[in-house]
Amino acid sequence: MTLSDPSQAQLTITNRDGDLALGGALVVWTLPRTPPPGAQRIDLTDLQRMDTAGAHYLARQRAQGAELVGLSQSHRILLETVSDAIPAPDKPAPPRSWWHDICRNTGKRVVGSLSTFVQMTEYLGRFLAALLRALRHPSQFRLTSLVYHCQQTGLRAVSIVAVMSFLIGVVLAFQGAAQLRQFGAEVFVVDLIAISVLRELGILLTAIVVAGRTTSALTASIGSMKMREEIDAMRTLGMDPDMVLILPRVLALVLMLPILGLIADLSGLLGGAIMSWIELGVSPSMFMTRLGDISVDHAIVGLVKAPVFALIIGIIGCHAGMMVGKDAESLGSQTSASVVSAIFAIIIADAAFSILFSVLGI
Amino acid sequence: MSRENVIEVRNLRTQFGDHVVHQDLDLDLRRGEILGVVGGSGTGKSVLLRSIVGLIRPAAGSVSVFGRDVTAMSGAEREAIERRWGVMFQDGALFSSLSVQENVEVPLRAVPGLSDEQRVSLAQLKVSMAGLPFKANADFPSDLSGGMRKRAGLARALALDPEIVFLDEPTAGLDPIGADAFDKLIVGLRDALNLSVFLVTHDLDTLHACCDRIAVLAEKRVLTTGTMAEMLQVDHPWVREYFHGPRARAAQPADRSEG
Repeated sequence: MTLSDPSQAQLTITNRDGDLALGGALVVWTLPRTPPPGAQRIDLTDLQRMDTAGAHYLARQRAQGAELVGLSQSHRILLETVSDAIPAPDKPAPPRSWWHDICRNTGKRVVGSLSTFVQMTEYLGRFLAALLRALRHPSQFRLTSLVYHCQQTGLRAVSIVAVMSFLIGVVLAFQGAAQLRQFGAEVFVVDLIAISVLRELGILLTAIVVAGRTTSALTASIGSMKMREEIDAMRTLGMDPDMVLILPRVLALVLMLPILGLIADLSGLLGGAIMSWIELGVSPSMFMTRLGDISVDHAIVGLVKAPVFALIIGIIGCHAGMMVGKDAESLGSQTSASVVSAIFAIIIADAAFSILFSVLGI
Repeated sequence: MSRENVIEVRNLRTQFGDHVVHQDLDLDLRRGEILGVVGGSGTGKSVLLRSIVGLIRPAAGSVSVFGRDVTAMSGAEREAIERRWGVMFQDGALFSSLSVQENVEVPLRAVPGLSDEQRVSLAQLKVSMAGLPFKANADFPSDLSGGMRKRAGLARALALDPEIVFLDEPTAGLDPIGADAFDKLIVGLRDALNLSVFLVTHDLDTLHACCDRIAVLAEKRVLTTGTMAEMLQVDHPWVREYFHGPRARAAQPADRSEG
């Protein structure tokens, strides 16, 4: 038996003024070669093979008044099966005007963003409620899960945060030195590095890196659980998803992000110190002396933001995970959307903090 | 039987690591027949289906489809053979980013020269033949119920009018009325298109209603094949329990229950 490729099937067409004769194979592969409807009479005596696509073609020809002759019994059965199954299209919806569409889409987007904001506050409330419940009933709290997530979001991120911050320190020293040398004020590079790293860059960049790493992981893990109905299963088993999923993940972030921020601060200062020594000849001891003159407020102002950033990352990640629907596509779109909105929200919060601190005069 | 075999599996061995799923498995599928493949959970029914269509490479043995070994095939031959079979996976395996109609159009896009209008109307015909209402064409897989997803999966498997259709548990999870309609649909399509159907199932009603022959997978091989009447005579503990259990008795049509 030879292996025939169905796409090589042949159809013979003879046309004698409106009288059409088809032979060979009238199948989906030969359908493009069929003549357009309008024949009076179609002779199918030589037809050897026909599939549903061919039967569909003949049924349409017949509906337009063509007479089919010479159809074999088995082909006739197929033709009847197919013509019974040809669907009657529903009436198309009346076309809407363009301004209607614009208003509709704008309204949908506005309401959607507002309701997302409302849902975020709801999730924040759920986290806090779960936290209070865990304080009242410590036996319900999942310590193992908390430690696991601390390891995932905290310990595993130490290396990337430290290296990134070290390089930021190096870059600041290098760029600052080039500018300050023009005024002979090289030694102020220490102030430049210390204030910018401790106050802003250390914690902000740490939060952005953690947002990229952890928000996506949170959304993907909770989202895939949602997709496979694991969260519904949890509810029926009397486990509270807020307690089991949200609390350990968000709490781990709140605990770990200040520590990561501190590591970032230290390694940023280290990078700055090394670069100032190489580039400007500011010795480590001189660096330490200058550093001692800088108010500790800067470090506190930086680290105070960490728990807030952690809450933003955790709440956005968990919320997006819970919003995943049943299809794989929504998992992907929610994951990327959650990372983008987490980073965006962190930057907005950082700006809000700047305004707050300047009003307070810190 | 004088009918030719479209699938011949000989001495098949499949294993994952140390875990041997099939050992010396032989199986034939004849042209125009509906072969029911049954077996307990974990006996490798779906694995067998996947090895025949070439998704899993067997460790030993041969799988030939239309007389050609699928494990040793050139790219062009494989493409040709893939046009002659259709596979319906357990949950339909529809592309979630496409609507039902677009899912059915996917195989039709391989046909050179087919106009958009022809492709759309053929896809809509297949959707209707699989027993879905017209408005399902525009629905996305996540909007559909399990039974509708299976029907849409069948419509896609049948898009190119293949000669062999592989169905993985087509009636599992359907309500009895839906399952009954599905059985009738499969038999009807087989009669109309002379399909050969490889049907993995647990559903005894489907076995009674559709299958010409039944192959029982147990002990890592095809334990026995035969008609339903022959299955009832087989003296093997698992087979006897399967075909004589309370569910089997309930599924037997009235004319057979005495015999």
